[in-house]
Amino acid sequence: MSFPWANHYEPKQPLMRWLDEKLPVPRLVYNAVGAGYPVPRNLNYWWNFGVLAGAALAIQIITGIVLAMHFHSDAASAFASINGTIMRDVNAGWFLRYAHANGASMFFVVVYIHIFRGLYYGSYKAPREMVWLLGVVIFLLMMATAFMGYVLPWGQMSFWGAQVITGFFSAIPVVGETIRVWLLGGYAPDDAALNRFFSLHYLLPFVIAAVIVLHIWALHIPGSNNPTGVDVKGEQDTVPFHPYYTAKDGFGLGLFLVVLAALIFFFPDALGHPDNYIQANPLQTPAHIVPEWYFWPFYAILRSFTSDFILPAKLWGVLAMFGSILLLFFLPWLDSSPVRSNKYRPKARVAFWVLVVDVLILGYCGGSPADPVYVIVAQICSAYYFLHFLVILPWIARTERPVPLPNSITEAVLGTTAAAH
Amino acid sequence: MATVDDVIPEGESPDSVSDPRRRDFLNIAAATFPIAGVVAVVLPLVNQMNPSADVLAESTTTVDLSKIQPGQGVITTFRKQPLFVRNLTPKEIAEADAVPLSELRDPETLEKRTQPGHTNWLITLGVCTHLGCIPLGINEGDNRGKYGGYFCPCHGSQYDTAGRIRQGPAPKNLFVPPYKFTSPTAILVG
Repeated sequence: MSFPWANHYEPKQPLMRWLDEKLPVPRLVYNAVGAGYPVPRNLNYWWNFGVLAGAALAIQIITGIVLAMHFHSDAASAFASINGTIMRDVNAGWFLRYAHANGASMFFVVVYIHIFRGLYYGSYKAPREMVWLLGVVIFLLMMATAFMGYVLPWGQMSFWGAQVITGFFSAIPVVGETIRVWLLGGYAPDDAALNRFFSLHYLLPFVIAAVIVLHIWALHIPGSNNPTGVDVKGEQDTVPFHPYYTAKDGFGLGLFLVVLAALIFFFPDALGHPDNYIQANPLQTPAHIVPEWYFWPFYAILRSFTSDFILPAKLWGVLAMFGSILLLFFLPWLDSSPVRSNKYRPKARVAFWVLVVDVLILGYCGGSPADPVYVIVAQICSAYYFLHFLVILPWIARTERPVPLPNSITEAVLGTTAAAH
Repeated sequence: MATVDDVIPEGESPDSVSDPRRRDFLNIAAATFPIAGVVAVVLPLVNQMNPSADVLAESTTTVDLSKIQPGQGVITTFRKQPLFVRNLTPKEIAEADAVPLSELRDPETLEKRTQPGHTNWLITLGVCTHLGCIPLGINEGDNRGKYGGYFCPCHGSQYDTAGRIRQGPAPKNLFVPPYKFTSPTAILVG
């Protein structure tokens, strides 16, 4: 679907006309990310991050396919195949490996910004609930993929990460331990686990790509949200995606690549853990075990449950951690305010920024050692996280008096007088 | 303030200005720069499929010749490919020298295919130049074909005692890799 005033694809060369009749791929591109997709004229730079996430996935798939050509998914030689063969012997292997590892971090950076942009501007609300739901699915798939990828170098953090994460499942009553052993194909991570993680780590990015297609498809039915959250009312409210947003996204992509290149070439290990340069040792746990930074807030929630209450603390921790993400599936119905953009919601806007700070503190606690101080702070922040979505946001939606909305996007951009013309 | 963009020479409309204007420059620069970036990224992506340093490090082979009697040959490996090392008998050398170059598909003398003073040592890859099978003839009792050298069982190529193609589909003589004598009884191949 598109707005009635969208540009129509008209192939000019005979070859393109011929192709359009047989396999209209250029038409599909034109209508999806070309001049045939009308987009609100007022999108700011926060709207770059969807495209950046797509670019990050492409970088991960390309570098990943190449790295898989040199990687050994064997517990005895996996560590050496990465730290020896790929890092030293393969032509430009160090570059490809660092691009993949730092590319994963940058993928999460842009996806987190993308998610918070959706939260701030109410992009999860009707009629875009399905876009949001599919986005949460993508996020879950990303987490699974990133975790399994981190196991592949078979360093100390890889091994103990695999041990801890699969240990989550042992919290399930009665069948937990059976499930954990089934997942690992053994009693501890070893060849079987490494091979299945490699297989799935190669598969899941393509599943993510497929869900992204659905995500964009679902988005293009109502069309993109915008910083005012006000619906598009007419042709004057939109511009064609190409060249306006291809240019804007292209500029953002350039900046994104500069940051990624700076990480790859100047700080390649800044986001990693030194312990992962020690080969996996099933008989020695590292002194301070933490996941990659992008899991820290969830890790903090996991560790917040320290005593049994009806259910064992271990089970509470796992339930809360998964619950903190699954909760997002219900967000479109928890926030019942018809106003989308927090620009016009004074209370919700404050709650949004408190949530951002809350999640940052959770992340800091999750990356710190399990000292009592951090645990207490994490407990307070975890409680607030759930409170925000389950109590504060639904309550604000019912009681808040929003600021008057502009009559249209054009009015918001140009002012009342200009819009009248 | 007048800029390059809004100064249009008299008698010219904005569409017909002859000088390249700033916007054209921006467009060309914006299109060119990503092309340079893509090339810079594609090169390592392509180059990574070339042999890695550990493969190249295995690219020389030393062969001890002291135990190979005239008429015998050994098969060893060079860059993971079979390498034929053969000690030719005076009779085999004479047979090879007797062939007029005009009869050969890939004209080369035995002298050119061996090293000066070591005409009896024929060092070739054991890879048929047709489609890469290993020809028979290096081991005693092998079928050496009509010309007493090597016979490829895959498609019937026949090589003479100098490893030169004489009959069958192969286009070239068996390849002589670069090597040198490090002592009278040892060679370094590669």
